Order: sequence, then C-alpha cells, then structure tokens
Amino acid sequence: MTTGANNESILPEPAANPDQKPTPSQLVTALQREQGHWVTDLVEAHGEVTAIVPRLHIVDVCTALKSGPDAKFDFLADLCGADRGVEEEPRFEVNYHLFSTTKHHRLRLKVLLSEADAHVPTVTGVWRTANWHERETFDLFGIVFDGHPDLRRILLPDDWQGHALRKDFPLRGYEPYSLK
Amino acid sequence: MDIGHWTLDMSTTVNIPPQFEIVDRPLDTQMTISMGPQHPSTHGVLRLELVLDGEMVVKATPDIGYLHTGMEKLFEYKKYQQGIVITDRMDYLNPLGNNLAYVMAVEKLLDLEIPERAQTIRVLMCELQRIASHLVWLGTHALDIGAMTVFFYCFREREKILNLIEAASGGRLTPSYFRIGGLMMDLPAGFERRVQQFQDGFLKSVDEFHTLLTGNRIFQKRTQGVGVITAEDAVDWGLSGPCLRGSGVDLDIRRANPYTGYEKYDFEVPTEQDCDVWARYLVRMREMKESHKIVAQGLARLKPGPVKADAPKVVLPDREAMKTHMDALIHHFLIVAEGFDVPAGEVYHPIEASKGELGVYVKSNGGPKPARVHFRGPSFVNLSALPHMSEGAMVADIVAIIGSLDIVLGEIDR
Repeated sequence: MTTGANNESILPEPAANPDQKPTPSQLVTALQREQGHWVTDLVEAHGEVTAIVPRLHIVDVCTALKSGPDAKFDFLADLCGADRGVEEEPRFEVNYHLFSTTKHHRLRLKVLLSEADAHVPTVTGVWRTANWHERETFDLFGIVFDGHPDLRRILLPDDWQGHALRKDFPLRGYEPYSLK
Repeated sequence: MDIGHWTLDMSTTVNIPPQFEIVDRPLDTQMTISMGPQHPSTHGVLRLELVLDGEMVVKATPDIGYLHTGMEKLFEYKKYQQGIVITDRMDYLNPLGNNLAYVMAVEKLLDLEIPERAQTIRVLMCELQRIASHLVWLGTHALDIGAMTVFFYCFREREKILNLIEAASGGRLTPSYFRIGGLMMDLPAGFERRVQQFQDGFLKSVDEFHTLLTGNRIFQKRTQGVGVITAEDAVDWGLSGPCLRGSGVDLDIRRANPYTGYEKYDFEVPTEQDCDVWARYLVRMREMKESHKIVAQGLARLKPGPVKADAPKVVLPDREAMKTHMDALIHHFLIVAEGFDVPAGEVYHPIEASKGELGVYVKSNGGPKPARVHFRGPSFVNLSALPHMSEGAMVADIVAIIGSLDIVLGEIDR
C-alpha cells in the first residue's frame, strides 16, 4: 500500500463504469462544455482536481455542482483563503473543497482575486456551512464576501488592525499593539 | 388545593392589580445573557451570547477566538517537520489524528511510500486515540448533565491509553509520534502485550458506562429530542463525524476515502436516526467498540519491518547509521539545519478524526517551509451549527447540545 495509491482512492474508480460514475474532472469538463466561460482552467495533481473559476460565476458553478445528478457535491468540506505573495497578481485565492456525501468524490474550486478588488460573491446561499469559513477568510485575509449575511471578524477581536494571515503582516503583530 | 401543610383557598376573591395578573404569554422583553467564556460546560473558552425569552433560547450566537494563537501563521515560518508539534496543540484530545492528517498531506506532496508496519501502527495508535478522545467526551458530557460518576470511570480507562501513548512516543498529551515518512521510532518492547491488556478489560468498561448512563431516566430525558438537526440540515451545515452519523447519514471518511490502509480493516459505521443529543451519544458509544475492534485487527496485522520510508533526504537516519555512515550524518545535518524541499503544489487531505472530518490544506511553493497550511477543524464547523440546533431550546439544553457536539476550542480557535 503506497501513499500514491491512497491518493488515487480519493477519486472514484476511473474508466470502469464511466457512465455511472464520472470522475470530478469529467464533471468539470462537461460543465465547461455547457458553459465555456464558467471554468477557465482544470488542473489535476496528486490525485486531486482543481478547477479555476472566475469569481463572477462561482455561485453558478457551485449551484450546478451541488444539484447536478452526477456531481451531487452537497457538502462543502472546507473553504480557505491563501495569499500568494505581496508581489503576485492576482494576489489572493479562495479555495472551495467540495465533497459528495453520496458519491464520495472531491473537487477543489479556486477563485483568484486581485488585492485592489478582493471581493467574491458568498456561497452561503448554496451551503450554509460556508458562513463561518467565509468569516474566517475575511478575518484573516481581508477578502470580502459580497452578500454574506453576517460578515464580521470571527477569530480576532473586532478592533484588530490588518489581516493576520497576509504575507505582509508581521508574525508577532504590530508593536506595541495590534489593537486599535 | 393542598400543598404540604399549606392550604390555599383559591375561592377567595382578591383584587389583583392588572400589572400582577398571571398571564400565559411570552415576555415582552427579551434578555441577553453571556454564557462563558468561563462557564464550565463550554469546554474551554467558548462564549455564547444567548437571547432568552424566559428560559427559552431565542437565539444563540457563539463568540470564539479566545484561544486564537495564530497557528496557521506559525506554520508558514516553520519547516515542514517542525509543524508536527504545532498540530498536537490543536485538538489536544486527538493529537495523533492531527499528526496523521498533517504528515499525510505533506507525504502526498512528496509522493512518499510508507512501509506497511508504519501504516498499521498509525491505524492502531489513531484508534486508541479515538477511544481516549471519546472517553473525555463521555466523561465531561455526563458531568455537564449531572452524572458525575461516569467521569471517573472514563478517566480511569483514558489513563491506560495515555500510558500506552507515552510508552510509544514519550508524550502523553503531545506525542508528535507520526513523522513525515513514517514514525518517530518503532514501538517499544512489550507494547503489544500492554495494548492487549487494555483491550481485554475495555469492553467490560464500556458496559459499565452503559449501566451508568444509558438506562438512566434523567439522562434520557435530558438528551432525547434535544438539539435536533435533520440529515439534510446536517449535511448543509457541514457537520461531520459522530454528529452527522447521529442524524442518520452513513458517512465515514475511513470508508468513503480510505487512507493509511483503513480499507483492509473490518468495522462498522454506526448510525442513529434520532438526530438528537441522545443519538450522538449512542453513535459515540458504539464507535468506541468499533475502534476496539480495529485495534484488535491492527495488533494481529503487526509484522516486523521498517517504520520509516526509504527517503534519506526527508526521513531522519537511525542513530546507529549516523555513527558509521558519513552520508547519513550529512543528511541528518541538512534535514535539521535546512529542512527538505517539498515540490510546489497543493493538497487537501481529509481524515476521520474523533470529531469528524479533519482536513489539512497544504500549499507549497517549493522550499523547506509551506506557503500556506489550513486546518479544517471538525469542531469549528460543528459548532457553527449550534445556533441552528439550539433555537427554541431551554438554557439547560444548551449545555447538553454543546456536550454532544464534542468541541475542542484549541482546534476551533487555532
């Protein structure tokens, strides 16, 4: 048993019965065929599938993947932000880790955001669990989720200065106080 | 009307001023109270803002972050192998599970092959840890509800598991036993015998817990029909682990996306249909027996062999090799001083921790330090469903609901 084989088991068994159980990459490709501009790129690495989605269509893509009869991504496992670096453009990314409780397959959606306009529509309307994940991402990265019902800081105090997980935020915070 | 030696004559007409008239309607004013962060039933430093109508909860808003220590930030400043000790401190009741999720994510990036024996020991230790975590849950959950005795029985059993973990790793609460590429070291001599001793007595202990609680009418009344969340809502709110299975959803990552060889073990995934605190209680009680079963199978599968992957640039060499081989000494120096390069990429690795889906997202830009590490803590997500579960509950029910979610604030706040 290798770790490599473990990685593959994350995905459903390929090719054996493609009609019955399409792989996540096939699902995304099918989506891309229908709506070409919904998915800009598809990456497969380490047995995981990543689809790059423009932020304009993230809610559409999530809704389609949640309700699609083959996709059935009814479970938002995780949502997290990442800072690619101060110099990078686009600087931020938001990762959506989707999971299906019936089909047991996984998929990552990625939205890229520039620092000047770090806004992305909320997916709390698709999965309610996104609520706290989005608050956390807002708190630590300053990414604004438009339409979120309760976008407040969650881990850090309300009067905290800056966003702690950005690469230009010092590890030990600002001296003498990080609070306003 | 006769209440004790007092007799009230209700027929007497008394002029009651209108403001003192007894009326059966909700209060005009709602009261907002703060529960925690020092309330004993909040299991750490959780604060709940409760809007109450009398004793009924109109709205419960969790306020978290009191234990926030910026662990995810810290990961970005530490080498990959140094991150393992940080994971111990997240869900401190299930440190081996956290170790496993993190090292497996990094191993996935490195494409490492883990020896059979190391995988078996990982399963064995993780299941022991799961039992230990459930024992703390059971003890404190019962204590919150008012059954004090169970706590001592649970901690007696947990002590045995902590002794086992200490024998293997040297640490009781923060073992850091799993390392990238395998284990810190092999199991000590006689470990199997000690595990077997624990195994022999444990099923009897579970029966003891059942005797203390399951038939207890007070416990039943406090838990049945409390904190109900339907299967559909549970999936929507992202509940996982025993909380999800208590709502009748048959989902276990060990079955759905098997890792570290769980597909070779024979165990059941307990589910209950009642969707309440009682159902979650029954699921965890049955899970302890299933973990006991897996430990027994793990013991039978233990075969001699290496416990570290054959990757000299990643795995620290043995002490003996360092004394005789120059290259082993150089590798040791380089790993400790500079760390090892992990190829650029990103992975999300989910495992079934004792509380639910523990996912680790690791993103690497190359080099010895990760660019981003994110933990999807099951406690964090399970707690976010608390406002939904506690609508219309009594204040005392909140205590039972929090207990049934089995939260650990170290993981929620990170």
